[in-house]
Amino acid sequence: MKNYDAIVIGAGHNGLTNAAYLAKSGLKVLVLEKNDYIGGAAVSRELHDGWVYSNCSYVCSLLRPEIYRDLNLQKHGLQVIAYGGSVTFMEDGNIFGGYSDHDLQRREIGRFSKKDADAYVRFGRDVSKQCRFIKPLLLRTPPDPTSFRPKDLNELVWLFKRLYGLGEQTIYETIRFYTMSAAEYLEEYFESDIVKAALSGSGIIGTALGPYSPGTAYVLLHHYMGEVDGSIGSWGFARGGMGSVSKALAGALQEYDGEILTEAEVTQIQVKNGKATGVVLANGDEYHAKNVVSNLDARRTYQDLFNPEDLNEKLLKQVDNYKFNGSSGKLNIALDGLPDFPAMGKDNPLIYADMHFIDSLERIERAYDDWKNGRWSQDPYCDTLIPTMTDPTMAPPGKHYMSVFVQYAPPKLATGEWTDKDREGFGKTVIDQIGQYSPNFKDLIVHAEIRTPQDIENEVGLTEGNIFQGELTMDQMFFNRPFPGYAQFRGPVKGFYMCGSSTHPGGGVMAAPGANAAREMLYDLKRKNIVPEAENDD
Amino acid sequence: MLRQDHYKTSVYKTPFHERTSELNILNEWSRWKDYTVPTNYFRTDLEYFAVRNTTGVIDYTPMVKQKITGPDAAEFVNRFFTRDMNKIGIGRVGYVVWCDEEGQVIDDGTVFHIRENEYWLLCVERQLDNLENSAIGFDVKIEEITDDIACLGIQGPTSCSILKAIGFEGIEFLKPFDIKHYDFRGREIIISRTGFSGDLGYEACMANDVALDFWDALFEKGEIYGIKPFGLDALDLVRIEAGLLVPGQDFMVAEDAIRPGSTRSPFELGLSWLVDLSKPVFNGREALIEEKRKGSRYTFVKLNIKGNKPAHGSYLYNQANKKIGTVTSAMFSPSAKANIAYASLHDPWNKDKDKIIAEIYYQKDLEWNRVMEEATIVTKPFFDPERRRTTPAELY
Repeated sequence: MKNYDAIVIGAGHNGLTNAAYLAKSGLKVLVLEKNDYIGGAAVSRELHDGWVYSNCSYVCSLLRPEIYRDLNLQKHGLQVIAYGGSVTFMEDGNIFGGYSDHDLQRREIGRFSKKDADAYVRFGRDVSKQCRFIKPLLLRTPPDPTSFRPKDLNELVWLFKRLYGLGEQTIYETIRFYTMSAAEYLEEYFESDIVKAALSGSGIIGTALGPYSPGTAYVLLHHYMGEVDGSIGSWGFARGGMGSVSKALAGALQEYDGEILTEAEVTQIQVKNGKATGVVLANGDEYHAKNVVSNLDARRTYQDLFNPEDLNEKLLKQVDNYKFNGSSGKLNIALDGLPDFPAMGKDNPLIYADMHFIDSLERIERAYDDWKNGRWSQDPYCDTLIPTMTDPTMAPPGKHYMSVFVQYAPPKLATGEWTDKDREGFGKTVIDQIGQYSPNFKDLIVHAEIRTPQDIENEVGLTEGNIFQGELTMDQMFFNRPFPGYAQFRGPVKGFYMCGSSTHPGGGVMAAPGANAAREMLYDLKRKNIVPEAENDD
Repeated sequence: MLRQDHYKTSVYKTPFHERTSELNILNEWSRWKDYTVPTNYFRTDLEYFAVRNTTGVIDYTPMVKQKITGPDAAEFVNRFFTRDMNKIGIGRVGYVVWCDEEGQVIDDGTVFHIRENEYWLLCVERQLDNLENSAIGFDVKIEEITDDIACLGIQGPTSCSILKAIGFEGIEFLKPFDIKHYDFRGREIIISRTGFSGDLGYEACMANDVALDFWDALFEKGEIYGIKPFGLDALDLVRIEAGLLVPGQDFMVAEDAIRPGSTRSPFELGLSWLVDLSKPVFNGREALIEEKRKGSRYTFVKLNIKGNKPAHGSYLYNQANKKIGTVTSAMFSPSAKANIAYASLHDPWNKDKDKIIAEIYYQKDLEWNRVMEEATIVTKPFFDPERRRTTPAELY
């Protein structure tokens, strides 16, 4: 038995970030990980000889540059490489390109609608306004709106000042924005279906909502934020795969003498007299600490690790109500060469970009209907990338790795649990869709890893395979994340905290929840805050 | 002799122009001495990342090149440059500066010890006058070969793999600053493990008539290794991260300086490692000995500045609000996610007591804003991966 100042359960990227800050502050920290590798859903794994997959999360668009800089992640081997654009393949053989060059993009939209091409300028401005409002919140603790403590009141005042600083018209727009669907929002700007379909994609990634579901406008913004992060290279691929993010964070943690133990599954959080005292592992080992932090999602944490007697009924009910609605699957494919996409033409730089094979809002909404009916989408929305076009470290020269993120796949099928045959069928659906646009694609496949929401849950521990550790809907965001009364990273017992994506500001490889939780812990421990603030955009 | 109507060709095209102009889809060009070369080809950040992640290729043919040959070549270079040139053996490259009589830096560059009794000096400003003046009494021949030799920088982690794939045997065994002579289609090509990126990388010098063939081989074999051309804007980003100076930006070229006090000595540029005062004679030696005794006027530093607004041209102050220096180069580093700069500090800066505060101006929606951000001095380059030094070089 060993004593620590803090124990972090789960070596996901947020657990590692949290631990790194606690260790940097001088605390004795231990991170416990059930798998024999670290990173949670930010991992690089060689599952086929010579090919490294980012087999869960696959792009690095939201990682807070402030944390990257502050923890010196470059020194610990992280390099985020920018890549460019997006492309949507259309049923009629055309393509719609998403270019980072402003004028190229305007011209491309103009191929479909001259009016939309101009509206794009207005759209870009409005979304940037929303990003400007929300970005500083990512590295702040949500205030409790019912509290009269000075800390909360000050934060509320700050928030209102910021809101009123937007100007009258934008305040109205902001409030509308948070309740709208991505489709409705886009329809206020664009008439062309392909433009709307292409832009709506980021509104549904990771969420069990369709483009017409209220709340998806925000999800669109959540993903858009990375792209407009200002400084060069704040978004892109982590060189060597997403495991490089975790590896660099672990490097930072170890530099501050933090410890990591793998194959150490925590089965219980010990509580005595309303205080966390330590954890028990599956093998019976005990580790003691006055502070216990969970990187696991809210349900796993409270239902699996706590003794129900240590929790009040209301919280248990809140945990039960917390929505996951797993909706995503993933294919990782090793390719013997670069597939042809004849619709793109030769030497099109969009081969470096996010590729999609669904070209109308209606088709995307239909894909969502399948999820509601307990089936995987027969005509899915696939966010497809060939990271090896950019990253030379993930496959042998001339060979390629393709990452296919698939929306939608239910955590449980109408027919029951996922079977091997279902998994195969799911994979085939996706491969067939891509194959429609690339005649030699199927012949190039040398290995494919097919991951259903159930696989993701079993391996990574994300309940229902929800990539955000719980839906990113307004009822579960900001001071409601994970649930009202617990949005400031503190749990129901003294010395217990949450630091995963179930907490503010939610999912994506941002490292913000982990850092935010560390800041609150240091506050409780009356230690100097060392967690960086968000850079001012103004 | 150049024709009388040379003015009709106001800028020269490099031997690579046919290819670089095809790839320069932005059609952005910069004047570099007699030549024009791409400023940006397709997207500055992607060009930057090619250098950092795969391989970037830059046409640096306009770099001024002088050839020094003759039985006294070794003695002559040792007299001209401030460092001990005996340490730069045959087949090695050395970074050099040289000074005027007052110990002020005229220029910096690289000296290639090509073969016995033959050195090449690659630098920014033409030096025939200076070299000839210093050569009195030495049996050496000095020629400018700028227009006769085409040069490419091939920089980045996959660069060695590409050169190897073309057929340059043993390229991976070159140590940093090594030179190797290769035969390429019957012509000599000189490849050195040098560059301006702070990463694994090579430079290739060749006769003009073989330039296009070499370019084509490079891009054909390089495709699967992510080869991309990069322009001067991306070059500036990688060289600042790598800790490399540019004459005319980070210091005033002594010969061009009109105003007293505007030039710098090697000590004032953080280059004391390039000065060997134990050598009996070199230009500026007495002045540098005197400076060593009396102390320098300026201190060159690398800064890590808070915030994310680059400190272009910023004044630096101490906590008493006294001006203590000026920024010479600045950028937000995509690799370190840090706001970095070079600066020249002066009195009353106190090394042990003073804070350094940068006055930064920047625009948002056309409004000018000002922030005062604290800076810390860093000693290592901002980008310095292990693979830069590893031999044999990393292969993909």
